[in-house]
Amino acid sequence: MSATVDVLPPGFGEPDAEDLRQADYPPVMPLAVATLILIVSGGVVVAAQYGRPPHLEVPTILLGLATLLLIVNAVLVLRIREFARPVFFRVLGWALLAYAAIAGILEYVFLYDHTPAKVLALFSGMLVLFALDVPLMLAYSVARWQPPDAT
Amino acid sequence: MTDTAIDPGVDTAASGVEPGAAPPPGAGGPGPPPVPNFNIVPVRALPVVAVVLIGLIVAISTNNLWALTFFHVAGGGLWTSLDLFLGLVLGPIMGSLSIPARIEFTTKFMPKMLLIMPTLVAMTLGAGFQLARHVGNLEASYPHHGWLVASMVIVAVMSVIALGLLEPANLAVLFELKKPQPNGARIQRLMKVFIYTAGITGLMQIATIVIMTFLASR
Repeated sequence: MSATVDVLPPGFGEPDAEDLRQADYPPVMPLAVATLILIVSGGVVVAAQYGRPPHLEVPTILLGLATLLLIVNAVLVLRIREFARPVFFRVLGWALLAYAAIAGILEYVFLYDHTPAKVLALFSGMLVLFALDVPLMLAYSVARWQPPDAT
Repeated sequence: MTDTAIDPGVDTAASGVEPGAAPPPGAGGPGPPPVPNFNIVPVRALPVVAVVLIGLIVAISTNNLWALTFFHVAGGGLWTSLDLFLGLVLGPIMGSLSIPARIEFTTKFMPKMLLIMPTLVAMTLGAGFQLARHVGNLEASYPHHGWLVASMVIVAVMSVIALGLLEPANLAVLFELKKPQPNGARIQRLMKVFIYTAGITGLMQIATIVIMTFLASR
C-alpha cells in the first residue's frame, strides 16, 4: 500500500464551528444504524423461513423495537436547536423520494409473489421503516456538518 | 488534527510535496485549494438509472430466468469489483495524490458513485431474491438452505455498512465540497470512511461469491 501524504494547506483543515457543535448533538447516527440492524435482522429471519409456516414473533418484536427507535430518533433530531434544518429537510425530501422508489420495487416483488398476508404486512412495515430510516441518516449526516443558517 | 498532519513513514517524494514547501503548480497558492464546480447528483445519468430499474422490474414481473440471472450476476459482479477496486486500488492511489488533485478527482468521482452504487445494489438484491424464489433455492426444504441463509446474513451486514457508513460519507463529502470554504480535514476523514467501508464490503462480497458459486455448482 502506498504512503499517504496528509499535508493540508493553511486554512483548509482547522476545526471549525461545525466540529465544535458535534458534542452537543444527540446520538442520531448510532440510533439510526441500530434501527437499520433491527430492520434487516427481521427481514433475514422472515426470509430464512420461506416455504414453511413462518414464526413471526421475533420479527414482530424486532419491527416494534425498530419503530420505537426511529420515533425516538426523529424526536431527537427535531429537538436539536442549532441545526441546518433547511439542508436537512432538502436532503430528506430527495432521499425519501429515492428510497420510496427502492422500497416500492421490493414491495412490488412481494405482492407479485403472492406473499401471505401476515408476512406481507411485516415486510411492508419493514420497508416503510427502511424508506424512512435511511433518508434520515443521509439527511442528518449532511446537515450536521453545515452551518445552522445554510439553506 | 493539525493542518500539517503527516502520517508516520510518509514517502514525501512520492507526491512531490514536502511539509512546509510551496504548494505544487495549480494549487492556487497558499490557502484553501480551489474546488471545481460540480453537481451533487449527475442529472444526465438519471435516465440510465431509470432504464436499469425498469429492466429490473420487467425481469421480475416476467420471471425470465435469463434476465433475472443477468441482473443478479452482472449487478453483483460490478458491485464487488467496484468495491474492491475502490478499497484496494483507488484508495491508496488517492492517498498519495496532492490535495488539489484529490479534490478534483472527488468532485468528478463521488457524484457518479451516488447513483452507481444504489443502482447496482437494487439490481443484485432485487433480481437475486426473485431468482432464488423462482428456482426454489429460497425454500426451507432446499438442501443447502443454511448456506443461503448465511449469504443473507452477509448481505445484511454489508447493507448496514453501505447504508449506515458509506452512503452518508459519500453525500457529506459532496456537500462539504459545495461550501465556500470546505474543511479539508473533514473531507479527508469522510473519504477514508468511504474508501475503507467500500474495501470491507468488497471483501465480504468475496464470501458471498464463494457461497453463490458453491450453490450454483450443486
